[in-house]
Amino acid sequence: MADKIATRAAYGEFLVEEGARNPDLIVMDADLSGSTKTKDFAKKYPDRFFNAGIAEQNLMGMATGIALSGKTVCASTFAMFASGRAFEIIRNSIGYTGANVKVCATHAGITVGEDGASHQTFEDLALMRTIPGMTVVSPCDAASAKILLKQVVDMKGPAYVRLGRAGVPVFYDGDAELTLGKGNQLREGRDVTVIANGIMVASAMDAASQLAEEGIDVRVIDMHTIKPLDTDIIRKAAEETGKIVTAEEHSVIGGLGSAVAEFTSRECPVKIAMVGQQDVYGESGKPDELRDKYGMTARDIVAAVRALY
Amino acid sequence: MKRENREYYENIAARVRVDVIRAVYHAGSGHPGGSLSAADILTALYFGEMNIDPENPEMEGRDRFVLSKGHAVPAQYAALGERGYYPVEDMMSLRKLGSPFQGHGNMLKVPGVEMSTGSLGQGFSVATGMAIGNKVNADGSRVYVLLGDGELQEGIVWEAAMAAGHYKLDDLCAVVDWNGLQIDGENDSVMTVTPIAEKFRAFGWHTAEIDGHDFDQIFAALDEAREVKGQPSVIIAKTVKGKGVSFMENQAGWHGKAPDEEQAKKAVEELGGEW
Repeated sequence: MADKIATRAAYGEFLVEEGARNPDLIVMDADLSGSTKTKDFAKKYPDRFFNAGIAEQNLMGMATGIALSGKTVCASTFAMFASGRAFEIIRNSIGYTGANVKVCATHAGITVGEDGASHQTFEDLALMRTIPGMTVVSPCDAASAKILLKQVVDMKGPAYVRLGRAGVPVFYDGDAELTLGKGNQLREGRDVTVIANGIMVASAMDAASQLAEEGIDVRVIDMHTIKPLDTDIIRKAAEETGKIVTAEEHSVIGGLGSAVAEFTSRECPVKIAMVGQQDVYGESGKPDELRDKYGMTARDIVAAVRALY
Repeated sequence: MKRENREYYENIAARVRVDVIRAVYHAGSGHPGGSLSAADILTALYFGEMNIDPENPEMEGRDRFVLSKGHAVPAQYAALGERGYYPVEDMMSLRKLGSPFQGHGNMLKVPGVEMSTGSLGQGFSVATGMAIGNKVNADGSRVYVLLGDGELQEGIVWEAAMAAGHYKLDDLCAVVDWNGLQIDGENDSVMTVTPIAEKFRAFGWHTAEIDGHDFDQIFAALDEAREVKGQPSVIIAKTVKGKGVSFMENQAGWHGKAPDEEQAKKAVEELGGEW
């Protein structure tokens, strides 16, 4: 748990490794290759890297065209502009055709930090999961990001992978058995289940340790794939623990919390509390300060569990 | 090819126009104006220009066409049908529930349609990506894309134009169907799009300006585009919206309206077709 590595850094390493294995892999960016970490691939495979310039809509359109030429395309920019500005291109060009484009979007959520509200997206998972056929993934650490990125690139069809700017603890092993579309139970528990993704998974594990000292037995699930959603693991958690807290670095409107609530309200109603961005814009600050101020820390998960318990 | 035989192409284009009128009439909605203005360009591409095989729509190394002005898809369906991709009568289910012939083209439903379009500007961006894909694949195939003039108001068009010039995509040939009209009226009264050729030249494109209803000029421009190296080409084709049907010509009102039975019959008669 000592090392902190950003998931975007894992993405950059993955691309270089995958580029050697897969000659049909094309990588694209929109003038942010140093930040999204596509730059190492660009240096190593300049003939398979295309910069769209500061033009996210055309990035996604051109990615579609290259994919329709028989290639697998990873298209990267900041999550705000990938999912927000280019939403309709992703929907109508990538999604509607089932093109083999993987939108690998970095700098998602509050941990963008100092750049402030214009760059902090809390809407991307909500937007992306409304697109039919879109696989939506939010890995929690560098190791799982690499494992899941490999599966994303190997599958046919469109996907959105949410990556972060800030370093986060690595707690998966590099050969962990993770499967797209299957939640991973990290900790057994009988009283309450915390379903988390992204940076909130580590916080959920911290919260569970703290709560164990109070005698509250918390189950923790890493729901790295928000679509398709692993409803089996949710149903089991609902039936066995009766209460669910969701935790995500995303708006409580439309993201993981909503996805879980949509399922449980239909199939196995339980009390739910949602930790996440509470329908407000962010602001500039250090990532940890912002997580603290906007309520996306282990402390906030602890409070939510206690309130439900 | 029989490119010098104008009559051959004019006859096919007339059939395409008749198919458009009949299909839009049966659908009860659709876009006849921009379909008729594009009919000659589509006929030239599908019958005299592109390396394609209706028996093998996914042939390796084929040329590809993207209809970026996706609302003109009745003309594309008609041209594909006349070319032999499917019986042209099939498209009479246009816009009907369960039909593969969607109101705007879906590449997963109709053979020969290379890209799903309808949201303006996106087809052009995708075609630009296809031309990059062709460069990577180095198979010598070409990409053709048809834009509307009003469509040039979309920002993504100029993002893609900039990229095509930057990447020197000489396998990319765009055609602008410059009929001068869009839903709310004349282009330049809604939002000025002229001058068109100068804009593309500024983005690094080779340009040609022609009469988009003259097959000799269309083929000459396509030949010229194929010879250009190191830059993409755009053919700005002056056309008449509603071309071939007297009461539809140059009428913005026929952008997105189906004819009634009497109007449809008159249109087909003017086009020399059979009802």
